[in-house]
Parts: sequence; structure tokens; C-alpha cells
Amino acid sequence: MCGIVGLLVKTPALRARLGEMLVPMMVGMTERGPDSAGLAVFSAPLASGHKYSLYAGTASFDWEGLAQQLFVHLRVPAQCEGHGNHAVLVTELAPEAVRQWIKENFPALHVLSCGRAIDLYKDIGTPGEVAQRYDFASLQGSHAVGHTRMATESAVTPDRAHPFTAGEDFCLVHNGSLSNPYGLRRKLETEGIHFETDNDTEAACRFLEWRMREGDLLETAIQKGFEELDGFYTFLIGTENKLALVRDPFACKPAVVAETDDYVAIASEFRSLAHLPDVKNAHIYEPNPEEMYVWTA
Amino acid sequence: MDSLSFDLAATPLRDLNRFLHKEAVTQGIRHVTVLHPDGAHNIAVGLDAPVAVEIAGHAGYYAAGMLKHGEVTIQGNAGTGVAENMMSGKVHVKGFASVSAGASAHGGLLVVDGDTSLRCGISLKGGDIVVGGSVGSFSGFMAQAGRMVICGNAGDALGDSLYEAVIYVRGNIKSLGADARIEDMAESDYQAVGELLAAAGFSYDPHEFKRVASAKSLYHWNADANQEY
Repeated sequence: MCGIVGLLVKTPALRARLGEMLVPMMVGMTERGPDSAGLAVFSAPLASGHKYSLYAGTASFDWEGLAQQLFVHLRVPAQCEGHGNHAVLVTELAPEAVRQWIKENFPALHVLSCGRAIDLYKDIGTPGEVAQRYDFASLQGSHAVGHTRMATESAVTPDRAHPFTAGEDFCLVHNGSLSNPYGLRRKLETEGIHFETDNDTEAACRFLEWRMREGDLLETAIQKGFEELDGFYTFLIGTENKLALVRDPFACKPAVVAETDDYVAIASEFRSLAHLPDVKNAHIYEPNPEEMYVWTA
Repeated sequence: MDSLSFDLAATPLRDLNRFLHKEAVTQGIRHVTVLHPDGAHNIAVGLDAPVAVEIAGHAGYYAAGMLKHGEVTIQGNAGTGVAENMMSGKVHVKGFASVSAGASAHGGLLVVDGDTSLRCGISLKGGDIVVGGSVGSFSGFMAQAGRMVICGNAGDALGDSLYEAVIYVRGNIKSLGADARIEDMAESDYQAVGELLAAAGFSYDPHEFKRVASAKSLYHWNADANQEY
């Protein structure tokens, strides 16, 4: 199984309530995904530099020390705001340099995301526990992509939880299982693309992001995805200003959309949408298989 | 008192289903309203008594599954497998239904006012299904007995590997499945469609429908076919 949830608020006033609206959606998908949960939130992009969501896997990590050490080594200022095992690092350094420096100096750290607009959290535990651990209810932004996991294709570890990310400001969550992830992976590795886990979803994520880096629009990349990705999937994809939803040609995995003048909400099942404001008057529909649904924040 | 309401926002689903299975009969309750269904799974599954259940909202997976004798009305949409394996009675979905609506129903009538997703009536075993809107791909797959009336369009591979079930379609068929073919309507077909439309509350003219049934070329294994069907 697995549950997916997504929310894009059209009314700017609702941005402050994004997390608050989203938490019950995630908790509603606990039965579909009780072993891990994750959330990517997109907010107003930084004017300059990049931000990185970092995962330490230990409650006591010296995040301030990391920022200081980065400054000492590379002479570029960095701010690192940590809460327990998670932090957001902001710096003007180029992403390749940051990733390389973290790899060399803090090999146990996991870079969950990189970009100008994305913050990402994922961990093992029930959706309710993970939401509370990282205070998802307080998160603000224009759109968010969430996932509750019931692992089938790889082990239950924080790095194999969803969302997966690749490149900058790009994330993907997946309900289903791919049947050709290793073929894709071998193809992408010859393009110099590095994989971090053995998870099938990571292949889809890196494939689509690679197409976009090669110049495809999100929509074109997804179209190529329909041709290249084999298996069962409902994907929800987040970029700096877009939210996209697709289902495989056989509609093996579910999705329901509720749209009002104020928001677009997506979930695997209606029970995650039932609490949303004014949902009674929302336009509710099931996305068609092999069709693209893209909303702009 | 012959009617009762259950609020699923306050009452566990099992209490409702247990009541429908046991007390509803012994207490002579004829009408049960389910409030705040909010997409819960398995509402009124296994109902085996002449009780009318009204679900005041959207139902989750397998609503009214295995229904016998009862009548279940879903005011909103239904999730996966509504009226799955229904034996008799009637299920009316006023919104749309997700995948596998009426799968393997042995009897009874499923009415969906809106569209259904893929695999509607898959493995139908004698039940009747009337869809006011359109059905997704692979509908009527391997349907063995029973009738489907589709007032809108049908997706790909309609009636693939059909047995004795018959499908009537008013709109366009994107493609027929293996061994399914369009046949002439006989007087008995017009009558059957008319009766089913009346039972479902639709007023289309039976003459607008075409009949899809099995060409029966897959009934016997043919080693010479070389898997080319």
C-alpha cells in the first residue's frame, strides 16, 4: 500500500495554515502507510543561495557547529537551524560544493533536499508520530507533498521513506511498485547519476528530474515517464511552483482530488480529505489513468 | 421505531455492521441512516436482511459488499469495489464509483448515477449493473453472467474474454476486448434494457443501445491459435 497526500493552496491567506490542513490528511492515511512518513513543503523561494534539509539520525547533533565549521573550511557564511535530528542549512555556496563538503566532513548526515523553496522531512514511525516529531502542523507554504509508507520494495529506514528528491526543488512520492527500476537505474548511472538507496521510487524520481535537467518541461518529462516507467504507480510530484499527479495506465493505485476556489487537495482516499474546509462543495473526482494533472502555485 | 441513525464520527464502524447483521432483524429496524461516512471502508458489508441503509456522504472501499436482500443508497461517491460480490438487493450510488464496481456480483442491481472507474463489473456472475455515466477500461472483463447497461461511453477492452454476460452501451466504445463483439439487438434485448433503465430510474430509449456479447471463440482451447487472440 502507501498513502499519498498533496495540498496546494490558491488563496495566499491559507499559506499560513498549510501544515495545519495537511496533518489530518497524513494521519488519515495511517492504515495505508504506518511504517514511515514524510513531507516536502514549498514556500517563497530564497532571494539568493540554497537551503538544504539535513537529517542526522541522532537527537543530539551540533548544527551550529556544522555551520561554523563550514565557514572555517570554505570561508562562506552559513546558517544552520536545527531541531533535534533535523536542520535547515542556508548558504550561498554552490550545491555541488555543499554536498561534497558534507560528504567529506559529515558522512553520516543525509541531505534530504536542496533548493530555494523546498524543505523536507522524513523518518520512520507512524504519520502521527512523524508529524509531531517535526511539528508539521506549524509548516507554512504554497504547496506540499506528503507520503505514508507501507514498505514493499525496500527496507524500512529513514532514507527509504518518501518523498524522494533529486536535483533542486524537485520531489516525488509514490504509491505502488515499479517493475523496471533496475533497468532505469543502469541507464541513469551511465549518465553519471548517483543513487543513494535501492528503492524503486528513487529511480522514477531521478529519471524525471534528469529529463527536466536535460531541458524537458515537467509535462514533457512526465510524458516520457509514461513510456519508460513500468509498474503500478500513483505519483505526486512537487517542484518550486507546481504540483503534478499521474496514475499508471491501469489505475492500479488510487487517488482522489478535491478542488475548491481556495485549494487543491489530493489523497489516496477520500477519508483523508473529509475534514477539509468546505469539502462538501468541492469538485471531487478521480484522476484518469495515464493522464497528467498539473497545478501551478 | 423502525428507523435508526448511526453517526460514524462518534460510533465505530463495527458497531454499525454488527447492528445490521444482528439487531436490525431482531428489533425490526427497516431503515438505517449512516451519518459522516467520510470515506470509511466496509460500510454495510455483509448485510443479509431487508433493511434500507442510507449512507449520507461518500463511502470508502467495499461498501455494501456481499449484500443480500438489503437496499443500500450512497448519497455521494463510492470507493473501490462497491457492491462487490452482491448476492441480491439493490445498491444505488448517486455520485461516481471507483474501480471494480459490482465486481463478481451474483445477483441484485447496482446503479451508479455518475461514472465508474476501470474494471466495472469485472467477473460479473449474474448481477445487473446500470451506469448513468461512462465506464473505464476493462469493464465487464471475464463477466460470466448478468447484464450491464452503460448509458455513457466505455473505455478500452470492453468485455474482454466475456462468457455469457451481456453488455449494453449507449455511447461510444473506445475498444472491445478479446472475443467481445457487437451484436444485433433482439426484441428481448430492448425489453431487458427498458426494464433495467426503469429499475435504475433513467429514461433513455432502449433503441439507443447496442449489444456487446461474447463471440465464444475463446470457449475452447485452440492450440493452433498460437496465443494470437
